[in-house]
Amino acid sequence: MNEKKIFKQIIKNKNSLTGLIIIIIFFLIALFAPIIAPAQNKNNPYQMPQASYQVNPTAPNAQNLLGTTENQYDIYYGIIWGTRMAFKIGLSVVFLALLIGVIIGGAAGFFGSWIDEILMRLTDIVFAVPSMVLAMVIAAMLGPDLKNMMIAITIVSWPSYARLIRGDVMSVKEREFISATKALGASKRRIFLRHILPNAIYPVVIVASLDIGYIVLTAASLSFLGLGSQTGTADWGQLVALSRNWILGTHGNPFEYWFTLVMPGGALLLFVLAWNMLGDAFRDILDPRTH
Amino acid sequence: MGKYILRRIAFLPLVILGVTCFLFFLTQRLPVEARASLYIQDPRQMDSMEEVIKKYDLDKPFFVQYGHWLKNILHGDLGYSESANMPVSKAIRDYFPATLQLALAAITLVVFFGVLFGVLSAVYKDKFWDNFLRIVSLTGFSLPIFVLGLLLLMIFYGRLGWFPPGEYSFASDLIIHSPSFKSYTGLLLIDSILNGQFKVFLDILRHLVLPAFTLCFGSFALMVRVMRSSMLEELNKDYVRAARARGISEKRVLFKHAALNAVLPVITLASIQFVRLLGGTVIVESVFDYPGIGRWGVACAQQLDIAGILGFSLMVAALFVLGNLAADILYSFVDPRIRLK
Repeated sequence: MNEKKIFKQIIKNKNSLTGLIIIIIFFLIALFAPIIAPAQNKNNPYQMPQASYQVNPTAPNAQNLLGTTENQYDIYYGIIWGTRMAFKIGLSVVFLALLIGVIIGGAAGFFGSWIDEILMRLTDIVFAVPSMVLAMVIAAMLGPDLKNMMIAITIVSWPSYARLIRGDVMSVKEREFISATKALGASKRRIFLRHILPNAIYPVVIVASLDIGYIVLTAASLSFLGLGSQTGTADWGQLVALSRNWILGTHGNPFEYWFTLVMPGGALLLFVLAWNMLGDAFRDILDPRTH
Repeated sequence: MGKYILRRIAFLPLVILGVTCFLFFLTQRLPVEARASLYIQDPRQMDSMEEVIKKYDLDKPFFVQYGHWLKNILHGDLGYSESANMPVSKAIRDYFPATLQLALAAITLVVFFGVLFGVLSAVYKDKFWDNFLRIVSLTGFSLPIFVLGLLLLMIFYGRLGWFPPGEYSFASDLIIHSPSFKSYTGLLLIDSILNGQFKVFLDILRHLVLPAFTLCFGSFALMVRVMRSSMLEELNKDYVRAARARGISEKRVLFKHAALNAVLPVITLASIQFVRLLGGTVIVESVFDYPGIGRWGVACAQQLDIAGILGFSLMVAALFVLGNLAADILYSFVDPRIRLK
């Protein structure tokens, strides 16, 4: 199926169209974050400004549109720059994991035999531990900060891409035009880079980019557990973690601090939901059985 | 099939060995004091650090240390967990039953709702219920488990006071730890009935509702989808048409005939998901302050309790690998068609 036809189906389906629109809105928010929420600390715009040094959250008001969380971090600012952070994490992890996955999976599929065997047993090792648990363990041992968290998620993400591209490389390798290229005397490198890879890479790129929602969710979970970004960084998972002490409210007003949880939690939910809606439609479109 | 499973069993030790090697490699960049906890059984040994370093070759090359550590593991010595204040092997024994209880409760909910909603959305394909359930399960798939958990606590504990966090109340604690309370299965929910303590049973159930529901909501979506497509496939078959033609009531056709055949893939999916739930309890347990291995694992990660981290991840890896293998074997037993292929 060509790209135009896929795009048409995405637009036609209500769910995937909604997902796509939400993602575009989020992307615009991330892109224009410096305009929508001007940074106070120009050197590190991801640092959330603090309204004061009071501990208790304050309800939404004119100065703090969505209220402030524990230690007076501004929720509006946190959500806007958190969107940028989400794209930063999602895109860099997907890019890195794809790169590693394509190199390792591509090599395994192309060379076959014992190289394939060794490389695939490597993926087995990563698959042997639930990805959330493995990411948590790696992030903890590397030391909790943003960069190490992204490394941890990359390490648990690449094997599924490696397996996918390996299968595609193996099937393209057997096609006739490859034998023809071989007969023409092309080098192994040329065959792989110019003929096999371009024909095998699309499915894995699509699958990986639809994983952005899941990757952001994993990152938020790690941040929530205190294994991600430093305190005060605009990051949805951390904003939710900051609401943890306030979910019970005060006597007689149990929902007094609802906004500390619902605002960042809602942003995270909407983001992940949008990616899943798009992914769901893609799966239906690309699945030959549903036609 | 038999050959395939034998091959997988043969590779199992290799995979586990690979996991241990990778994890142990990660510890190498940490200071020697942090790594020493991997070898000791009593925190007082830490007082004479030099002796520990010498005894376990902590200043020697990677493979010497790794060999030492492996030998210890095979003897059941996983080191001392500072965050739990007890040896790692004891921590695993103490915390695991609570996690098993939670995962069992959650998988029961997952299968129940998964099958029910799956049948519903197959019967009402492309109508209101199907679309509604599709949105519900997509939300379940996307809703961060920790946000859902905190939200439920806010409503059902903060506002309504129905379901408190933790595993049991203080009153039950006194009964459970009294000498007359006997441990039969280790699962407190069952033990409390066997001991005739119904108040304790209800108390534990009350504490189990929210975490089990939260855990279920994150994973029943897949079950709904599988049950739906399997049910749709069955409904198109001739025997369903034949049953309808014979005038059997629609309810009977759906549940006695089609659903029973459609439930096959659900059984195997349930066994795979059960293993996944064991790993997924990490966040739920720490949100609800539920004392299982997940909460302990998070505490280890937060406090950089190396012995605890390695013990926890090895335990989870072993469960995960064995569980997946068991699911595969179960698959070939439940569905004889697989074996023929």
